[in-house]
Amino acid sequence: MADDLRTVHIDTAHDSAWKHVAGSAPYIDDLPEAAGLLHGYMGQSTRAHAKLLSLDLTAVRAHPGVAVVFTAADIPGKNDVSPIYGDDPLFAEEEVIYVGQSLFLVVAETRAIAAAAAALAVVEYQDLPALLTIAAARAAGSVIEPAQTMKLGDVRAALASAPRKLQGNLVVGGQDHFYLESHIALASPREDGDVHIFSSTQNPSEIQHLVAKVLGRPDNAVVVEVRRMGGGFGGKETQCALFAAAAALAAVRLGRPVKIRVDRDDDMVMTGKRHDFEIAYEVGFDDQGVLRGAAFDLASRCGCSADLSVAINDRAMFHSDNCYFLGAAEIVSHRFKTHTVSNTAFRGFGGPQGMMGIERAMDEIAQAVGKDPLDVRLANLYGPGRDLTPYGQTVEDNIAAELIAALAEQSDYRARRAAICGWNESNRWLKRGIALTPVKFGISFTATHLNQAGALVHLYSDGSVMVNHGGTEMGQGLHTKVAQVVADAFQIKLAQVKITATTTDKVPNTSATAASSGTDLNAMAALDAVTTILGRLRLFAAETYRCAPADVVFRQGEVAAGEAVIPFTELVRRAYFARVSLSSTGFYKTPKIHYDRATHQGRPFYYYAYGAAVSEVTIDTLTGENRVDRVDILHDVGRSLNPAIDKGQIEGGFIQGMGWLTTEELIWDASGRLRTHAPSTYKIPTARDRPDDFNLSLWNGDNFEPTIHRSKAVGEPPLMLAISVFSALNQAVQACGEHKVPGRLDAPATPERILMAIEDVRRRAAAA
Amino acid sequence: MTDTVRFLLDGELVEVAGDPTRTLLDWLRYDARRTGTKEGCAEGDCGACTVIVSELEGDGDTIKRRAINACIAFLPMLDGKALTTVESLGGSHPVQAALVEHHGSQCGFCTPGIVMSLAAFHADGGGDRAAAKDALAGNLCRCTGYGPILAAAESAQSTPADIDPPGLVEGLKALRRTQTLALAYDDPVTGTIRRWFAPRPLEDLAALALIYPGATLLAGATDVGLWVTKQRRKLAVVISLSEVEDLNRIEETPEGLRIGAGVRYADAFDALCCLYPGMDEMLRRLGSTQVRNSGTVGGNIANGSPIGDMPPALIAAGASLVLRHGNTTRALALEDYFLAYGEQDRQPGEFVEAVVCPPLPEGRIFKLYKLSKRRDQDITAVLGAFNLAVEGGVVTGARIAFGGMAGTPKRALACEAALVGQPWSWAAVEAACAALETDFTPLSDMRATAAYRMTAAKNLLRKVMAEFETGQPIRALAHG
Repeated sequence: MADDLRTVHIDTAHDSAWKHVAGSAPYIDDLPEAAGLLHGYMGQSTRAHAKLLSLDLTAVRAHPGVAVVFTAADIPGKNDVSPIYGDDPLFAEEEVIYVGQSLFLVVAETRAIAAAAAALAVVEYQDLPALLTIAAARAAGSVIEPAQTMKLGDVRAALASAPRKLQGNLVVGGQDHFYLESHIALASPREDGDVHIFSSTQNPSEIQHLVAKVLGRPDNAVVVEVRRMGGGFGGKETQCALFAAAAALAAVRLGRPVKIRVDRDDDMVMTGKRHDFEIAYEVGFDDQGVLRGAAFDLASRCGCSADLSVAINDRAMFHSDNCYFLGAAEIVSHRFKTHTVSNTAFRGFGGPQGMMGIERAMDEIAQAVGKDPLDVRLANLYGPGRDLTPYGQTVEDNIAAELIAALAEQSDYRARRAAICGWNESNRWLKRGIALTPVKFGISFTATHLNQAGALVHLYSDGSVMVNHGGTEMGQGLHTKVAQVVADAFQIKLAQVKITATTTDKVPNTSATAASSGTDLNAMAALDAVTTILGRLRLFAAETYRCAPADVVFRQGEVAAGEAVIPFTELVRRAYFARVSLSSTGFYKTPKIHYDRATHQGRPFYYYAYGAAVSEVTIDTLTGENRVDRVDILHDVGRSLNPAIDKGQIEGGFIQGMGWLTTEELIWDASGRLRTHAPSTYKIPTARDRPDDFNLSLWNGDNFEPTIHRSKAVGEPPLMLAISVFSALNQAVQACGEHKVPGRLDAPATPERILMAIEDVRRRAAAA
Repeated sequence: MTDTVRFLLDGELVEVAGDPTRTLLDWLRYDARRTGTKEGCAEGDCGACTVIVSELEGDGDTIKRRAINACIAFLPMLDGKALTTVESLGGSHPVQAALVEHHGSQCGFCTPGIVMSLAAFHADGGGDRAAAKDALAGNLCRCTGYGPILAAAESAQSTPADIDPPGLVEGLKALRRTQTLALAYDDPVTGTIRRWFAPRPLEDLAALALIYPGATLLAGATDVGLWVTKQRRKLAVVISLSEVEDLNRIEETPEGLRIGAGVRYADAFDALCCLYPGMDEMLRRLGSTQVRNSGTVGGNIANGSPIGDMPPALIAAGASLVLRHGNTTRALALEDYFLAYGEQDRQPGEFVEAVVCPPLPEGRIFKLYKLSKRRDQDITAVLGAFNLAVEGGVVTGARIAFGGMAGTPKRALACEAALVGQPWSWAAVEAACAALETDFTPLSDMRATAAYRMTAAKNLLRKVMAEFETGQPIRALAHG
């Protein structure tokens, strides 16, 4: 029988695509405003670090149109919206620890009034010394937790005995998420002092939990709902709690709905970003460039609180090897606490920063031994007998070598690299560079308990299906993929399956939609629920049509049972009348994984996702201006559930990563104020920055592990393919010194950094 | 008695009273409940709020459609025009279908703005991929990486569509005003009356400017809009230059091309590009389609910004201003208009009426370089404009101006002096580079450090020579 009702492994449009283009997909600010709705605006600290001597809100309260002003004194429960460590107050009390920290909430008839009134607050500060940079925090010994170390073998001995050695360092800037929809929460009071909150969040259960804590109520007093976000990228994993809790507090206290919509500038000032890193490395290798040992010192700026920084920095350590067997290794990770906004999750979750060090080291080793960097990379890949990671996990599903070889071939890397060398010799003002960099990204939350998911599937008596699961939709197509899996399992049309808003009163105790895990976890949970319902239908059909349950076959909208073939909808109708339960929960937990954080050893990842990219660039040696000329990507998503959606994630992730490493620059001034807090000053890529010559293909191969239909996670891994752009830019910089000395470009590679790196490489080359 | 703002929405007349500094976006979202149009930045830099505003060209029947950012457009700017939003398209426009087919939306929040930019592009006949990128330069998408959107832009072109409601021409004609639009609004928050005037005849504008010498003069609002949305400034009196016919003309005069202060970049584009080599590249990178559809050359000059792109370019070209005060006009060399940071040679009640752009004499070396972190829609770190006369291998004249190097757009007089009279050679270039240290002491800010600005400024002069030697542009930035 033809397989033409498979709804998996096919291209289908995003479930909201038609609504997106028509402008009819509602985001939270688009929902009708209920009568009596008030608007909140948060008064913010203007100091990076200061004692809060007094907070005079008289003028704020007196402003026409202001309903009420809330401060820490109004919080019935705990003044904390932190995910884990209890160190993110909803409103500052005695001390402020970053510019933009919330001090109070004005609730007024309009947003404009609330904002105007907030400006009337008289705040008396006594400034305290502020640590704004990694260097300042390092000097002061200011950390969120002690330095962590991950070890494999004896790295000092390996470095000492290695035929060759080099060391270097690299600065990697942070990144703002710049989701197009900034943070928003809309809270409405319910009976018994309960509250319902629409929050643009990747993490409804955590918002529920934090709001309950702030209100001093049990979790069952709070419902959090989200149908879709206008982008998340990790920025709505924890950062939404501040606004949701403030709106909930106000709504419950006032008995009126309260909305807090944060404008772009406040969003960028008040909420955390990707951690900036300073990376130092020391590598020992042989004359072929094969590593004997590698030591990394990773320093990150966590900001004023822990947030998710512990796990983020752990993930940076986990990815300091990328695809390579390091030999002996030591990875030391410093987590610095500063008086800047608390940095948070961002696509890749520290992994991208971790990879930057080893990829730079590969380029530098290649320069030292005079080889094509690709050959050095290939020589260092994990392989049989050299497959142990620094955290004790054996790499069992390695496809890096085949994948890289295929990409090098299809992108014509070797010939192009040779041509570029020639081109550079005959061009004085412009220089070109090319680089192939791979990605191996570990899939699973490294906090093992988070690797669980629930789902709720209702089969209605007319045969239509409603699915709910713990994952949230931020554009990645999760709902589409889960619907595909459910339709496939029931063997019905995709249009018969509706996925509704994620809400904590349907599926409880969910994990954040993060760590690329959304589909792996939630589609499995949904499938589990469907399997339960199908089991009941199977028994019912077997009884009704007198056959063995195993002989009941669901296929293409029909059910074959014994001699009978009836429409699926008819079986469902009959099952209802026969009092068969047509609804079920489902559950999934990822097998095989375990991890001991005390020793940094274990199997934190169920599997790895692989990919590789070749990027070719041109730089202007007079100005540092640059362009990406061509990109070739080969990426592994296992057996894709939806190739169109997966390709969208890959291309989008690549361009976002390219922005991180090129044009996106966060600048704070000497008093700790963020100067790049809107798109006029913070530059994410535009359509022009994507090269026309952009070739993207999917690796053909199943996941080794029995994931949902043998697919692989895709959200984060492709972002790191953009390291190829950065590496190619550094190759072009290096060409300005005729490859006599290594390029030392830092990120983001703005025209300014490129020009300065060219001057630096020329100085060193002349001295060499 | 105050007027009301009248415009057409899907062919239906809409009359709006209230705060004249209310943005079109706020009105759409919270009054008209057309929530398809989104706010992404409230400063005209992300394009999520893109709508199409249509009007008649001159007295004719030709409809001119412009994609603009609703977030920094004030409602009275719509008066007499027709508005098209994403809801107007009804989900049936070819770009909508193409975006679905090519998987051009992910989170979907930027999508309505992209639909509108592409619908305007489609209505104007479309173009190649490079043109599509120009049409999209003002639309940020954080999810897709743009490939599917560009593919959709291309594939939609083969299907015709009409986005104008029936009877639009007649409707627009019926809305025409001959008198000044005068709005007064009693602001309950400030307790003051806010006024908006959109005069028609130049004389009325001149008279109003004298009556309200402290008024905010506004053309495209691409800067003034941000005073309201970002700085939350309360404007007391606004006088719009946009509806003054005499300011909306481009004329050939004996002195050069005279561009009225109300002429939008988009409308001055062709004429300016004919006049000065390199202008097309600079203008394509200045703002975005939406910004150039609103902003004016006059406004870019009049607001005195040290980082505007037009002033250094036009100073190098030798442009001058016509300033009007009542019935009196005076001409002023453009470089003399900028006195100091935030200070211009403009008296209370006086306004910029036009900028006069002289043609270049034959054989000039004329180069414009705009340096920014991102190619498209980025405010300039350094703009270098070079106008050199070289006769018989000797530099006989030089007008060199920079933006981003000082508190005002400024000529590099020491640099010019180091070149004039010298052989056009690397030695002269190096001496002139050194002289830039005399001309400028740039600052560091979020766009660039002082060190980069100085190094790059010198290198731009070197680039003039390098391009002269090779006979072709040396550019790394993507053109396509």
